[in-house]
Amino acid sequence: MEPLLQVKNLKTCFKINKKWVPAVEEVSFHVAQGETLGIVGESGCGKSVTSMSILRLLPKATTQIEADSILFQGKDISRLTDREITEVRGKEIGMIFQDSMTSLNPVKTVGKQLDEAFLIHQMCSSQQAKEESIGMLKKVGIPSPEKRYGEYPHQLSGGMRQRVMIAMALAQSPSLIIADEPTTALDVTIQAQIMELLKEMKEKTGVSIMLITHDMGVVADMADKIMVMYAGMVIEYGTTREIFKSPWHPYTQGLLASIPRKDRDIDRLHTIEGTVPTLSTMPPGCRFCDRCEHATDRCRKERPKMYVHGDRRIGCFLYEEKGGGSDEN
Amino acid sequence: MKTDNNTLLEVKHAKKFFYGNKKLLQKERSVVKAVNDVSFSIAEGETFGIVGESGCGKSTLGRTIIQLLKPTEGEILYKGTDLSTLSGEEMRKLRKKIQIIFQDPYASLNPRMTVRELIQAPLDVFSDLSAQEKLDKVKSIMEKVGLREEYMGKYPHEFSGGQRQRIVIARALILEPEFIFCDEPVSALDVSVRAQVLNLMKDLQKEFGLTYLFISHDLSVVRFLCDRIAVMYLGRIVEIADKEELYDNAKHPYTEALLSAIPVPDVDVKRTPVLLEGDIPSPYNPPSGCLFHTRCRYAKECCKTQVPQMTEISKDHMVACHRYT
Repeated sequence: MEPLLQVKNLKTCFKINKKWVPAVEEVSFHVAQGETLGIVGESGCGKSVTSMSILRLLPKATTQIEADSILFQGKDISRLTDREITEVRGKEIGMIFQDSMTSLNPVKTVGKQLDEAFLIHQMCSSQQAKEESIGMLKKVGIPSPEKRYGEYPHQLSGGMRQRVMIAMALAQSPSLIIADEPTTALDVTIQAQIMELLKEMKEKTGVSIMLITHDMGVVADMADKIMVMYAGMVIEYGTTREIFKSPWHPYTQGLLASIPRKDRDIDRLHTIEGTVPTLSTMPPGCRFCDRCEHATDRCRKERPKMYVHGDRRIGCFLYEEKGGGSDEN
Repeated sequence: MKTDNNTLLEVKHAKKFFYGNKKLLQKERSVVKAVNDVSFSIAEGETFGIVGESGCGKSTLGRTIIQLLKPTEGEILYKGTDLSTLSGEEMRKLRKKIQIIFQDPYASLNPRMTVRELIQAPLDVFSDLSAQEKLDKVKSIMEKVGLREEYMGKYPHEFSGGQRQRIVIARALILEPEFIFCDEPVSALDVSVRAQVLNLMKDLQKEFGLTYLFISHDLSVVRFLCDRIAVMYLGRIVEIADKEELYDNAKHPYTEALLSAIPVPDVDVKRTPVLLEGDIPSPYNPPSGCLFHTRCRYAKECCKTQVPQMTEISKDHMVACHRYT
């Protein structure tokens, strides 16, 4: 079956000091129908830039987006005009952002903001929009939705605001939701509520989710597939079970081993020495080579391709020979 | 509660209330009981963790302890002396022994000072060492926290978050303190860097015999670093226990929910979160009786009216819940 979203060779450059510097490069992946893809990595690895590039939400003057193709439901959305992409945004691909306080308009009631989702994409009266909005608020578990409809974002708690964001993203019943760190700003007990809500919504509507997070716990709980990014490139892709049970890439291995656990006593945490290279100091070869204990001269000079092993893909020379061909995705 | 001879710090019924302005037609000034009747003690060389969600008063408690805020009521005994009775000059002397590491390494370093100036600043204030001796000390402490000597002339913006936090740690350690209050020191850091800083903090504690008061919202980090842990909810401590006891045998329904809510980075661990209803009540208008009764699945009639007292249910394990009284 054709995947819902298929990104081929995405490259996004930012203009920094009058030079174009690539923030993400050679990013290829797909999201299948009804699947949750977790995109993980540390800050600055390009996980948000990837999603923003797909929806073209980055400032035009300082961004260049190139891609072989971005196929969404079979149509190449990277070739759409700006006007056409606004039709896709919100209607076919919904988005949930991290910080609900800055993503909601503070001088409009949440009800009015939610109405917009219906009024923009659908011909309907404001009365119908209001009814639909209240219905949505109820669906995402907001108590007394009629009252909340008339309130301003600051009157709602962080968890409630994130529910409103989810209601907005789901308003047009999109087939894909991009959730960029949807629970990061929330307390753990509220995070658990929001994660349950997302799972419930996915079950009810069959929506696919692209879940961007730095929290390995959240992806272990929610994602079907995982894509690990490092310094602007994809380095490993596989099912959640494969990635957690036998991570292949030295970075993924190190990342998983360095997480403190609530269910285990650990005397010393594993560490990955050094820090992530900055945009302007990217090594020419593998971007992880300076911190990798298996690094060879080849790693420093040549960039590894994505080697395919069944459904799994890995960007490391260690796995070049294990029967893998280079990635033609 | 531990009352060993080697108790370094003892907090007795500490309270910190913040008062709002009296408004027209309002009978009384509004009050936020940020820290309400909190008692515990910390032994020398121990790491004591305080966990809770945002707004539960954990940072206020820490700041009250080190006298950055004056407690409204109660005693804070450091080696037996009540800190709130000390004069400004006496407190100033004691500050050498009590240091702080803040959460945000971006905000806690002056961007116009070099690394050397930053780390040396406490020495300039408190010691009468010669310039050379100061420099030697800065060098040795930088080596201890894993900063290279050539970084000395650089400015904070040239460093990543993890390295900045190392600078903050070096600055806190240079006066050879006994007690360090760490307010979410690793919350702003990425996973791989966080592991480095956590290991460093553990090593330094061993080397210098430090006592930490460690505040965090992350129960996994707390498990790694702390020996004893207190759980706070809306200004009150609801449970205190040793690490193993708390994680394996949590008694308070809030601790239970908090622990079960953390997602585990493991596909084989099946999580069944105890989902709490609703949000944390507003601290301006806290519930009566047990503060947690509005979200508690075991709540009984008496929970609505009576405040549960801290009860010792087994050795060193205290809980404030009506199910155990």
